[in-house]
Amino acid sequence: MSLENFMSDAISPWMKENGPDCDIVMSSRIRLARNFENRSFPLIAKAEELDDVLEFFQENYQDTAFDQQGALQFIRIADLSPIEKKVLVEKHLISPHLTEHAEEAGVLLSESEQVSIMVNEEDHLRIQLYLPGFQLQKTLNEAFKVDDWLEQKITYAFDEERGYLTTCPTNVGTGLRASVMMHLPALTMTHQMNRLTPAINQLGLVVRGIYGEGSEAQGNIYQISNQITLGKSEQDIVEDLESVVSQLIEQERQARETLTEELSIQLEDRIFRSYGTLRYSRIIESKEAATCLSDVRLGIDLGYIEDMPQSILNELMVLIQPGFLQRYAKRSLSGRERDVLRASLIRERMHLENN
Amino acid sequence: MECQECHIRPATLHLTNVINGQKTEMHVCEQCAKENGYVSYGQEGYSLHNLLSGLFHMNPSSIQDHKQFSQSSTALACPKCGLSYHEFTRVGKFGCASCYETFEDNLNPIFRRVHSGNTKHEGKIPKRMGSGIEKKRKIAAYRESMQEYIQAEEFEKAAEIRDKIRLLEQQEEEES
Repeated sequence: MSLENFMSDAISPWMKENGPDCDIVMSSRIRLARNFENRSFPLIAKAEELDDVLEFFQENYQDTAFDQQGALQFIRIADLSPIEKKVLVEKHLISPHLTEHAEEAGVLLSESEQVSIMVNEEDHLRIQLYLPGFQLQKTLNEAFKVDDWLEQKITYAFDEERGYLTTCPTNVGTGLRASVMMHLPALTMTHQMNRLTPAINQLGLVVRGIYGEGSEAQGNIYQISNQITLGKSEQDIVEDLESVVSQLIEQERQARETLTEELSIQLEDRIFRSYGTLRYSRIIESKEAATCLSDVRLGIDLGYIEDMPQSILNELMVLIQPGFLQRYAKRSLSGRERDVLRASLIRERMHLENN
Repeated sequence: MECQECHIRPATLHLTNVINGQKTEMHVCEQCAKENGYVSYGQEGYSLHNLLSGLFHMNPSSIQDHKQFSQSSTALACPKCGLSYHEFTRVGKFGCASCYETFEDNLNPIFRRVHSGNTKHEGKIPKRMGSGIEKKRKIAAYRESMQEYIQAEEFEKAAEIRDKIRLLEQQEEEES
């Protein structure tokens, strides 16, 4: 297996499967923050110490296999080109933070692209596990398996009172960030997200855009995650998030129903206009592309558009990002060049489905 | 909802401040938030972590207390990694596991603010150090319910639980 595997497809293998409630929840993710007991945290550790950690992973885990996830590959971020780094970020396999500290950072990726263990991020280890659709409980169980497996060789920094010790006080305790990626076009169109977001925040949960902190909700895709990590068990954290997400799913379904009942022709018009834009435009910016993709995906979910897979949104949302486009072109591109290539790739991809 | 500063762009940031129980809400757009310094922007844009170090200085105790508190803490530094308390409050991050012990006395208020009043870990325990901690947790829980039974004068049930505690404590001694 080579790096090429992680780069060539915009969509990770697991995204092609349909998970529970996948018309609204695109993916479930669990992240666990862990540190070595007797080493300084990456924030202040010396380069040699961080190198030791990288060596440890290279020696112990390179080409090992975990469970059903296939072979694991250890990649040093410093060995990647700027465009390759961007692609891994756009695929959510590594964080922007990791690329900013590339010199001493690494990642252990599973062939399935479901497991990603970032090394020397803000913490020594950031274990990430993805599953398609809405299945947080199962994702948590799988992440725990990875955690237990790593723990056989690593003594974690842990304190009876404080739990897993992390660099940032916001992660201490469980070190758990559970999140779901949701496509909420109807709630956004009816301006209900503005009302719901503060309410969700009050419950100790955070609503963000698709690329995490600070990013806007491109393509009506929202990431919802827990904020509190201390004083609540992993089980409770996941259950609390699940109950809020279930309600959001219900609200989104209702909003979709209302839209189709009361604004059927307007909605259909909007969906097919977006479809036309994607199908025929020659220049398209990422923001417009994301909006149109969201409309088309809604059209697929509601049955207006047939012969088009739901996963097209997940796939094209990554494909239209700057890093991926430039990887495809094999060189860096100006803004206008990207917009032209983006339009052409989308046309090509949609054409493929119709034939 | 429109931005309450410029009244032009939509409000995308909703800030809630609770100071001494007084809640104030702000609904502003990103640009106005930036211009008015409501939030700080790092390289990655708006970051919760940036707000954190600010939280450390928001000590609710009186100014007098606050002065003493900082004086006694400024000299403090982690013996293991060298991170000083001053640096810790500035950056809002720990340097190593030992920092948690070194700054122990000042941590509860910080954790309470960040984690809705919680200061004590509930949940997963590393497998290898697990069994001992789990037993301790069990014993503590038994003790609590024993006290409840004693208060309710249900002494038979209290005695049953006392025996369970003894059994666990014996096991612990044998293991150590």
